[in-house]
Amino acid sequence: MSGQASGTLEKPRLVIHGRKVVGGVAEGEALVTKETISGWGGVNAMTGTVIESRHELKGVSFAGKILIFPGAKGSSGWSGLFHMTRLRGTAPLAMVFNIMTTKAALGAVVMRVPTVTECDADPLEVIQTGDWVRVDGDAGTIEVWDSKPGG
Amino acid sequence: MVALTSAEQAMLQGDDGKAVQKAMELLVRYADALGAESFVETNNVAGVPGSSPPWVKEYYADDGGDYRAVFCRFDLDADEVFDVPRMNAFSCHLQGGMDPQLWREQGMDDAAHDNFVSDEGDVAGHGIQILKTCTPYLAGNVPVMGEHCAWMESSAVVFANSVIGARTNCEGRESTSAAMLAKRIPDWGFHRDEYRKGHHSVEVQVPVDSIYEWGMLGYYVGDAVEDSIPVITGDISDPSLIRHKHFGAAAASSGGVEMYHMVGITPEAPSVETAFGGAPRGERFVYDQAARARIYETLNSVGSCEDVDYVMLGCPHYSIEQIAQAAAMIDGRKVHENSALWIFTSRAVKATADANGYTEILRKAGAMLMTDTCSAISQAIPQGTKVAALDSAKQVHYLPAMMGIEGWYGTTQECIDAACTGKWKGRLQ
Repeated sequence: MSGQASGTLEKPRLVIHGRKVVGGVAEGEALVTKETISGWGGVNAMTGTVIESRHELKGVSFAGKILIFPGAKGSSGWSGLFHMTRLRGTAPLAMVFNIMTTKAALGAVVMRVPTVTECDADPLEVIQTGDWVRVDGDAGTIEVWDSKPGG
Repeated sequence: MVALTSAEQAMLQGDDGKAVQKAMELLVRYADALGAESFVETNNVAGVPGSSPPWVKEYYADDGGDYRAVFCRFDLDADEVFDVPRMNAFSCHLQGGMDPQLWREQGMDDAAHDNFVSDEGDVAGHGIQILKTCTPYLAGNVPVMGEHCAWMESSAVVFANSVIGARTNCEGRESTSAAMLAKRIPDWGFHRDEYRKGHHSVEVQVPVDSIYEWGMLGYYVGDAVEDSIPVITGDISDPSLIRHKHFGAAAASSGGVEMYHMVGITPEAPSVETAFGGAPRGERFVYDQAARARIYETLNSVGSCEDVDYVMLGCPHYSIEQIAQAAAMIDGRKVHENSALWIFTSRAVKATADANGYTEILRKAGAMLMTDTCSAISQAIPQGTKVAALDSAKQVHYLPAMMGIEGWYGTTQECIDAACTGKWKGRLQ
């Protein structure tokens, strides 16, 4: 690992490996859901908040979080909606997802956030909301701490 | 890294101009994100190129704040602005943001309408067909079996793949805009034979023989299989275009279904074995009376007040057959003073409705036949709406959540009765 995460020497609890979808590096607090996410009609782009009825994240914003989710569903407006979150500053910092779809791939590309898929451990099982996560899209690695190192 | 033909390499190098080059750059990023190994050629693209609300134009104020800026910076996700030529592929614009005539009734102001008119002029000027509908297959763009398309609109995508046997993924705004210029889309997913085979079984054990039943089954199927391909067998009958339209729209909303097989009904499912590409596999779901009742409850879980102040029909856009039925149901009646009835369709279908007198029947009853959009797309509902009634499982999935209102799901007859009485009397039929 680069060892530059938060300028800390603290070792991550866990490192998992996957495939690059979009390159770049970002770190922040994890927001994990086991439910797929709708873009258009399921998220308010102005706030980055999930609005879908009955969704476990209803009312929760992913703005500034590392979004860890099974995959995309619903309208073909997924990429456009998430693209708008980039314009509004409400996009997630990075994404990790399990199921590859055109919606999630295109959305990640136009959001321009580090994104990894096809992980060697199920990120929905081994990462919890609130964990501190560093996603390196180019290397395809996801480092996980219980809390912000040195924080 | 996606492999490029010499023609694609030339596009990427700029031989066909800056706009095509930038389109190809985006498509390469997208193909690599998917893990696609090559592109397929397409000459049938349906998207929402360049149209945008004023705030998006304002965001690109430094780049001119116009259609050109939005197309370059947002649609092609380019970091610069350049001239955009006429599109190279046969290209269609899907649904838009307001009715071209009844926009005031939809609550739009002059500025929003001016923006709409300006965008539409640019869309037409770039050689993109103004279909303005979520049902392009009812308005002049019917693909054929095996045709490679690049379509947006989940309900149109699932229809094209499942009912027609055309080949398209559920594309997004940026990929379709790029494909209009480059005539390419990643050869991934539904473009490939192996991807089109079934994953899970759904056995239908209750009679599904009306548009209402097909809609509920669709919502169940999407909820059950999520984004997988279901193979549906059993007591499903009387297929028709509008039933497929509602089934697919519902399945694409509750799950992410982009293709389904109905054995003996859809073209790539002459048998269970063919639909699965071998022996059946995956999970087996059963749609019985209990499942049906549960889906009805789910669809009506956002309804409690029985005073209905808005009835919306036309999700996906109504066909001429549905408009004729609605006109017959309301002929001689009046929409209640505490309620409103808006029916949505395409401009092409409305022309027929005008010729047949349906538009006039609806107008006399106090209803409005609108085109281009719907209440979810335009976020336009009659002022003060608190409770809506809908005959579309897709719309009841989206509209209440988006607008913060209550919603009921029922038959078209129940919805029209609610519009005329102001009261919801729907129950599981």
